Parts: sequence; C-alpha cells; structure tokens
Amino acid sequence: MKRKTTVLERIYLALFMIMLYTPMVVLMVFSFNSSNSTSVIAGFSLKWYAELFKDGATIAAFRNTVVLAVISAVISTVFGLVSAVGINYTRNRYYKKTLLTTNNIPMMNPDIVTGISMMLLFVFAGTLMHRQGVLGFGTMLIAHITFQLPYVILNILPRFRAMDGYLTEAAQDLGCTPVQAFFKVTLPQIRPGVIAGAIMAFTLSLDDFVISYFVSGPEFQTLPIRIYSMTKKRVTPDMYALSTIIFLVMLILLIALNVIQNRAENGSLRNREKVAK
Amino acid sequence: MNNRTYNAITAPYGLWMAVFIVAPLAIVAYYALTDAAGHFSLENITQLSLYTDTIFRSVWFGLVATILCLVTAYPLAYIFSKTKASTQTVLVMLIMIPMWMNFILRTYAIMVLFEDTGIINHFLQSIGLSPLHLINTSGAVIFGMVYNYVPFMVLPLYTTMTKLDYKYIEAGRDLGANGFQIFKDVMIPLTKPGIISGVTMVFVPSVSTFYISQKLGGGRYTLIGDVIEMQFQTAYNYHLGASISLLLMVFILVCLAVMNRFGDAEEGMVV
Amino acid sequence: MKENVIITLKDICVAFDGETILNNLNLDIKDGEFVTILGPSGCGKTTTLRIIAGFQEPDSGEVIFDNQVMNGVPAHKRRVNTIFQRYALFPHLNVYENIAFGLRLKKMKEDAIQAKVKEMLALVDLRGFERRSIDSLSGGQQQRVAIARALAVDPEVLLLDEPLGALDLKLRKDMQVELKNIQQRLGITFIYVTHDQEEALSMSDKVIVMDGGEIQHIGTPEDIYNEPANAFVADFIGESNILDGIMLSDCRVRFSGHDFDCVDKGFALNEPVDVVVRPEDVDICAPEDGMLTGVITSVTFKGLHYEIIVDINDFKWMIQTTDYSAEGETIGILIKPDEIHIMKKSKYSGEFGDYSSFSDEMDYISNAELDITDLDDITEVDEDE
Repeated sequence: MKRKTTVLERIYLALFMIMLYTPMVVLMVFSFNSSNSTSVIAGFSLKWYAELFKDGATIAAFRNTVVLAVISAVISTVFGLVSAVGINYTRNRYYKKTLLTTNNIPMMNPDIVTGISMMLLFVFAGTLMHRQGVLGFGTMLIAHITFQLPYVILNILPRFRAMDGYLTEAAQDLGCTPVQAFFKVTLPQIRPGVIAGAIMAFTLSLDDFVISYFVSGPEFQTLPIRIYSMTKKRVTPDMYALSTIIFLVMLILLIALNVIQNRAENGSLRNREKVAK
Repeated sequence: MNNRTYNAITAPYGLWMAVFIVAPLAIVAYYALTDAAGHFSLENITQLSLYTDTIFRSVWFGLVATILCLVTAYPLAYIFSKTKASTQTVLVMLIMIPMWMNFILRTYAIMVLFEDTGIINHFLQSIGLSPLHLINTSGAVIFGMVYNYVPFMVLPLYTTMTKLDYKYIEAGRDLGANGFQIFKDVMIPLTKPGIISGVTMVFVPSVSTFYISQKLGGGRYTLIGDVIEMQFQTAYNYHLGASISLLLMVFILVCLAVMNRFGDAEEGMVV
Repeated sequence: MKENVIITLKDICVAFDGETILNNLNLDIKDGEFVTILGPSGCGKTTTLRIIAGFQEPDSGEVIFDNQVMNGVPAHKRRVNTIFQRYALFPHLNVYENIAFGLRLKKMKEDAIQAKVKEMLALVDLRGFERRSIDSLSGGQQQRVAIARALAVDPEVLLLDEPLGALDLKLRKDMQVELKNIQQRLGITFIYVTHDQEEALSMSDKVIVMDGGEIQHIGTPEDIYNEPANAFVADFIGESNILDGIMLSDCRVRFSGHDFDCVDKGFALNEPVDVVVRPEDVDICAPEDGMLTGVITSVTFKGLHYEIIVDINDFKWMIQTTDYSAEGETIGILIKPDEIHIMKKSKYSGEFGDYSSFSDEMDYISNAELDITDLDDITEVDEDE
C-alpha cells in the first residue's frame, strides 16, 4: 500500500507531536535550571537532582514502587497463567463466560470506583477483625494483583487460540504426560503472551496512582502517591528532576522492548526468506 | 487432563475475583444504601441531588474531551496508517511514550506551562503580546483530559485503520463517491470498532478523573471524581461517597451498554 | 484369537451432543498391513483414528492391542504414533529437536539420539536438515519431518490422518509412492485416513469404507471397486450407474426393461436389487445391435476418453468411450455379464448413481464442498476430547 502523505498531513502530525511533547520537554529543561523559576532559565545546574537524592521519602517511595511492581507482577503472571490455562480448556461454557465477564469488570470500571470499592472491602474486613489501619503493603499488593490479572489473562488467552491445537496431542503421542506436554510444548507457544502480560502487569503497577491512592496506608507509599502529595504543595524543581529520570527510564525500557521484539520478528522473517529461495 | 482438572485450576481465580472484584462492589452498594449506624437508608441517594451541577459538569467535560480527542485523533490515525511500516512503528512508540509517564506528572507539566507566570505567558510577553489567563479555566481542565487520554483514542483507531483495506476506499471512488461520501459511508463504518473502543477508553477516565480538575481547574470546577475523593479521603463520609460511586458506575455501565449496541460487541474492545 | 491381528476395535460407539459419531464399529487390523479408512467428512474416520491413538475414549466398546484392552490407557503410553493433518511440528524446535523429541522422553543417550535422527532424516530424504527451523521448510519437507518424528520412536503402528491433504497434487502423488515405500521397507502397520478414493485405492492393502459412523465395506482396493457392497460404496469409489433391478434367477437380472446375464447368485427369486455398471464397462454399438438403446444428451471430451450421458428409458447413464458420438444421436449399448455387479438393497438405494443432474460444474461444486466440510471435521475433533 503506497500512499503518500501530503504536506498538510505532515504539518498536522508535527503539531500534534509538539503538543504531546512540549510539556515534558519543558519539565526536563527546567530540571537543569539553576534557579527555581518555572519560566526563566538562569543557568545549567544539577542541584535539583542532588536535592532529589537527598529526599529520603522519595527514595523510599521509589524502592517501594519497584518492590511492589516486581512482586505483584510475578504473582499475577503465574496466577494469570494458571487461570488462563484453566479458562481456555474448560468445557463448561457458562462457567467460562462468567469468568471472562468478571475479568472485564476492573477494565471497564473507572479506576476510582475500583479503588474505593477495594478500600471499603479492606476497611470492612478490618472492622470485622477489630483492627485499625489495615491499609498498607498487603492491601496494595492484593489490589495490584487484582487489577493486573485481567490484563495478564487477556494477553495469554489469544495465544492459545493462535496455537495449533494438535501440538499438545502430538507431544503426548510421542510420549509426554499431559503435564510434560504443557511445559515442553504449550508453554513455549504461549510464551510471548506470558511475557507481554508480565511486562504490562509490571508497568501498570509502576504507573498506578488512583487505585493505590485509596488502598495505601501512611507507612507504605509508592512513587505516584509521593508525587501526588508533593504536587499538593508548591512544587520545587526536584520534581522536574524526578520526572526526567522516570521519563528516561521508561523511554529506555520501551526502546529495549521494541528492539527485543524486532529482533524476534526479523529472525523468523529471515527464515521465511530462505523458504522463498 | 480432564475437564474437572481444568475447572479446579480456575477455582482460585474465580474465588479471587469473587472476593476482590464482586464483593467490593456489593459493599459499595451496601454503604450507599445504609447510614452511619448501619441501618437501611435512602438518604445518601437523595443527597445526590446536591451534586447535580457537579454530575452534569463531569458528563459535559467528559463528552467535550472525548469529542475533541476523536476529532484530533481520527486524522492522525489515518495519517499514521498511510506511512511506511517502519515509520508507523516509530510513530506508535512516540504516542506510547507519554502514556508510560505517570498522568500526575503529565498533568503537572501542563500546569507548569499554563501558569500565569508560566512559560507560555512568558513567551507571549517576550514577543510583545499580552498574557493569557490559561490556568484555572474550564478550557484548561478539558485540555488536561485531552492531553492525558488522546493516546487511548489514537491507538485503537490506528489499529482498525491498518486493518482497513485501501481497496475499499478505491472501490468507493470507483463507484463515484466523493471525498466526504467516502469518509461517511466507507471510512466511518469500517473503523467503527476503533471509534467505539477509543471513545470508551477516553470517556471513562475523563468522566471519573479527580486530579486533573484540581490542578488545572484550581478547585473551581469540581467533578464527580473530586467529590468521591473528598468523601473518602477528607470528609470521611463513606456512605455518601459510595452512593456517588454507585451512580458513576451505573452511569458508565449504561453508557458502555449503549455503545456496544452501536457496534459489534465482540469487536468493541480493540486495545 | 485371530492370527497376527494387532488392533481390534470391538462394538465401539461414540456420540457427541446426542449425535452419533460411531455406531457399533468392529474392526481387526493385521500386523504389517497398509489399511486405509476412506469416507466423506463426518463419517467418523478421524474419530476412529483418535480412539486408536488414545486421544479420545469411546462411550462403549473395547480397544484391544495385542489381546490387551487399552481403554483408559492415555496416548503417551500407547505404542502407536500419529502423523497429524497439518503435521503439528513444534515450531519452537528445529528439525533435529523435533525428531529427537520422543527419543529424549525415552531418556536415550545423546549419541544414540544423534544416530537415530540421522537415520530418520536419511529415510525421509532430508539429510543435512538438522539445524533448519520448522517455518523455513516447505509443506512437503514438513511432511517428511513429521514422518521422521513419528517413526523415530519405533511405533508398532503408524496412524496417518489425511497427511497429504495440505499438499498440492503433484507433491501428493510423489508422497503417496514414498509413504508406500517406507511402509514396505519398515514392515510396520499403517492406518491411513483419507477422503480421497484414488489415494485409498493406489496405496492400500485393505480399504475400509465408512459413512455415517458405520463401516460400509472392508476389502482390497479391487474388491471395493469391482464388488462394492452397496450403492454408497459404488458411488463413492469411482463413477457408477446404479439401477433398480430384479433378480430373475441365479445369474439372471432384469433392469431397464431388459433381461441380462450376470455372474452373481444367491439372491431370492424376484428379489429387488441394485445393479452397478461402471461407465468404462459399457460398450457402444449401433442401435439395432444394442441390448438397450438411448439418445445422447451430452458429450464431454476428457482427454483419454469421451464422457457421454445417454438417456435410456428415462435413466441417464454415464458412459466412457474412446469413440466419438454426437449429441442427439441414438446409440445402442452392450454390457458383458461379468461387468454387471448386483448388490442387496440398502438404505442408500435410490440415492446415487443417476446422472440426470450431472455436469462438470456440479462436480466442481461438490469437490469444493468437500474441502469446506473437511474443516468441520477438524472442529468436530476440537470439540470433543
């Protein structure tokens, strides 16, 4: 499909990208500003970065975010994988439909409703157990697993559909027990979905503010919550420095992911070319 | 492995979803329909009338933001689909990168730009123009929504457009349709799944947001999300907060149901 | 116990969603035979194969290998291996690892595995393909790898489920010959499922014709062609004119208003029967010399012969002849006694064997339909388990 973009279209594209990136670029530029002005650049300086690394609460929040993201992503990936296998192979259509519908609820519901509903559950459970301050790492972990699971499952399920159903039979035919067949044949086939689900779970966890905000306690804050509480006051440019770091980390992650995917695709492409010859 | 094994390994998942998705929603309904003493009460529901303005404002802002997103994103997605495959990859990445940035930071970045002493006004003054009052306007709030959520509109539209066979457009031309007719009778119907998906993904967060209005509206444009947040985090009236949440949830579900009737339910979600 | 029978299916019944898939199936398969199960899609042939492989359990009846009841024994413990319809090669493994897959499960030593893989690649004529990835292979090469993979584990019986269905015509013919060679060289039993009658006739020692979940005919290719058991078999294998007839006595039958000599006996006096005459067995002569006479309604040139449709007493005959006759011409026909085959009346009587609606176009459509219903066959398999 060879269709040329017109000059007008290119201008539109450029304007859109400028709109999308200006706010972030401005933040990044001002993170190197030596004064705390948000409109005048006084000179280059790394002092806001130094400030940032002196801020113990932010560093702790950063550590919490990563710990929570890793643990919740690992649990929801394993949990989601097992559940996706069960959902895919179950013969009971109504059961399957019920599970998939429930799976959609957290994706359709506004985050704020998911957040307050879980908060109410935890508070309610807390009063039943006569405990105060139930909100903390545990409730955050449960909440993160809960909103990640649907994405993990929806990333894995289509892989089963794309897989040749006879592969597992072929494995059993050659002597695999059903469990061996799963690990030797099925899992390698659905692995891209599992990896995509895990990455999505991880980034959703890193990025989540709304749900975390309602189910977190004072002693376990994540970075988005920390940023939120800081932006409630008048902000100093160390926030810009933080944004810049987060932006760059995300950028590197995204590019790395893309490179990995491209390499995988190119590999199979080269093979296909061989056939053509 | 037989069917019973498969049913058994989904049991923990079913239980998890029942406890952490279904039960919380039931508790929301319970709080919405009881008073502080735990007795059945419709007081929280009747109190909703106090928030009529807020509710209408949220829906109005959400609608305007969604339409603006659609109008901006549709041509953009079309342009994307026309470029080379390698360019498309780069463009999609450019759209996704901001999504990976926390929306609080994104919103905050707009605030920095829009402030009365911010960079835009500084720039305007430096070229001899009078400053504009941007921050704390309804326009700023809506811009914040569009800015934060427009990628959710671009991506599904782009996905459906790449699947769209250009031959349909050629066939339309061949049959004598003009540009507008092709747009109305060929493009729109064929990209409907993407439109529905994008509209859903922009409208739901826009209508329920609570941070954007606080930062960019300066507290003058309270939205449903702000009221809910206030009830749970500062006013501690969980019962009222629950009833507003219930209303929001029911409203969204009705909207989704109506949307899905317009399009093929199965194709409704293109992520 | 019957001599060298290695697989017996006894009174097998399978139903799915209330629909009968296999109805009281009984079957013996001898060691070293090339057996083909032939039938239209949905006839239960694939299900039969899956029951032998152990992917599916019958609702009732016994599966017996070497005098041992195998019901309930899972697929990985049965010494039969399968070549799947679309090969089911493992895309994440290369050729070597695909063939070594079953050997590794047997915990064979690496050098033994290496030797075996090498031997198998030589057998299927793919020397040097060890490191190739599966998606770099052509359809025919994938087919060979699938054969090598199944044969590497030394099965007693190889099950082949429409293995050549995805190949183009030329390649299919070559592979037919090759499969037959491999089977003869190794001397193991092949159970081959196909809907292609030509494939069945040219490769098999024994053909099992199935329809509607029941076996219609078991016999050598010659048997089922020359002496079909009923109208279904006669119609499914090759072209046939099938007429209503009455047995007047042993070796004497009346059809189309004429009495013919034949070679079949053992029917009751005046028993209504189905009479089969193959199009190539009809001789054309002048009208006055013919046993029957009719008017030609269509002539099609087929290369080797002309295919003509003749209306004889309101029955449209198909006749293949090397002599040209024009449309509208009146001709006579002659049929020798041993070219008339008499069959008992069956539920298929009257359904087949009349060419009144025949045209090349119809032929084409019915072939296309076959391909579509093939897919149904696959989904049917996916449904049950």
